[in-house]
Amino acid sequence: SWQVVWDTLGNRQFCSYKITTKTQNFCRNEYNLTGLCNRSSCPLANSQYATIREEKGRCYLYMKTIERAAFPRRLWERVLLSKNYEKALEEIDENLIYWPRFIRHKCKQRFTKITQYLIRIRKLTLKRQRKLVPLRRKIERREKRREEKALIAAQLDNAIEKELLERLKQDTYGDIYNFPIHAFDKALQQQDAESESESDAEKEEDDDEDMDKREFVEADDSDLSDFEDMDKLETSSEEEPEEEEEVEEKASHSRSKGKTPLKGPARRKRPYIEIEYEKETEPTTKTKAA
Amino acid sequence: EKLAAKKKRRKEREALGDKAPPKAIPKTIENQRVYDETTVDPNDEEVAFDEATDEFAPYFNRQTVPKILITTSDRPRGRTVRFCEQLSTVIPNSHVYYRRGLALKRIIPQCIARDFTDLIVINEDRKLPNGLVLSHLPDGPTAHFRMSSVRLRKEIKRKGKEPTEHVPEVILNNFTTRLGHSVGRMFASLFPHDPQFIGRQVATFHNQRDYIFFRFHRYIFKSEKKVGIQELGPRFTLKLRSLQKGTFDSKFGEYEWIHKRREMDTSRRKFHL
Repeated sequence: SWQVVWDTLGNRQFCSYKITTKTQNFCRNEYNLTGLCNRSSCPLANSQYATIREEKGRCYLYMKTIERAAFPRRLWERVLLSKNYEKALEEIDENLIYWPRFIRHKCKQRFTKITQYLIRIRKLTLKRQRKLVPLRRKIERREKRREEKALIAAQLDNAIEKELLERLKQDTYGDIYNFPIHAFDKALQQQDAESESESDAEKEEDDDEDMDKREFVEADDSDLSDFEDMDKLETSSEEEPEEEEEVEEKASHSRSKGKTPLKGPARRKRPYIEIEYEKETEPTTKTKAA
Repeated sequence: EKLAAKKKRRKEREALGDKAPPKAIPKTIENQRVYDETTVDPNDEEVAFDEATDEFAPYFNRQTVPKILITTSDRPRGRTVRFCEQLSTVIPNSHVYYRRGLALKRIIPQCIARDFTDLIVINEDRKLPNGLVLSHLPDGPTAHFRMSSVRLRKEIKRKGKEPTEHVPEVILNNFTTRLGHSVGRMFASLFPHDPQFIGRQVATFHNQRDYIFFRFHRYIFKSEKKVGIQELGPRFTLKLRSLQKGTFDSKFGEYEWIHKRREMDTSRRKFHL
């Protein structure tokens, strides 16, 4: 009868556990000993059959005998194997005594393979495991879109510029940058009221500019472009306008260091500033003459 | 329909001339933002006290100098490696070390022994950096970010040179809530406390709607009211995923804040940073 089973299911007609590939046939049955679809390793077509299966890290020996062929529920008998490798092999031998050599051998081979992969699992879990987190496409798209919108709303350049100007106003940079336009305005107001205090203030500012001039000169040693302008300035007669003009030159030097396109507006700005300073120095010369 | 209403309104305004009612303020997400109860008040004493006693206090009291270790996940690809190098030029006193399969739990005690103050791990996926773990080392908080839109230096349209060795300034924008405050302090503790203004470089962490944009610029004051900035250095955006109290520990760590998508992403006007 088992031969009949094989003739119908196994070889000829349809077996739901059978998978055919180009070179081989596989058997998907969970009780199959090898993995292949053969006459000798089909659990359906053999009356006396045994397999090794493992559950939660423990190995069991499953056996099927002819006497229980009528009782599907009690068909497969299960024996727990010892954790000790050699002892388990002996247990297999003693359970499958008088069984065909093929099944015994294949059982032991299967048991060896299973224990090896269990050992490997246990070793790997101790090491670092890579956790795969699935990406959700909808969420990813949503976040990307939100990021773009946030970028537009942020207006980063403006914000950074504002913050830097704030810091400049709050004097966090100290005396490095001399845009003392406010200071000059204050000086003008003071000058209208009192002349002496103003000249003192101007002297102090000159000192400051001297300090800054030194800084700027150090930084500008590498700039070859504006040396001509510097020479022209140095030849001018009066001291104070010369200093101030030089300082403004240095400021424009520093500007040109960072960004080349700034040279245009820098040049344009110079005449305006020069005019301002000239106006201021006239009264001081008057006071000094007096 | 809307266009018609707009046109009508504009005509009315023009017709009224000076007596027209003032223009309505447009509604933006920032305007409509759901008020977060953990927003930090500048004068809040409790917050000030907390900040004086938390893990960054030694940094802000100028007792420790930041020393940073930058590393990646296993087997970094070229893009990530280049990004690491550029990041190390941006952050002064930082070193890049390759991670050849070393466990984070083991390198952390080694880092502490060698006096590092911060650890940055850049996680990679499919040849792109996509995650950043920033942990303050001597037992400090660990923040895990998702990193997106990373631009290397050569991809940015500008004509600047590389960042110099000067210590840059730091700008932290828009970190309003308590959580944002602590994250902002984490970022600030990466850079040495005294910036060198000669260098004229500034690193910006700008928070907008829970996205932190990082930019690195060189600035120049054209006049008192105008400043020019030139972008140099890499740029990237971060989104905070979780904040842990101790150093990096995925299993036993005490999470101060995790981004839970179901609960936190429900409203369009609610932000946490």
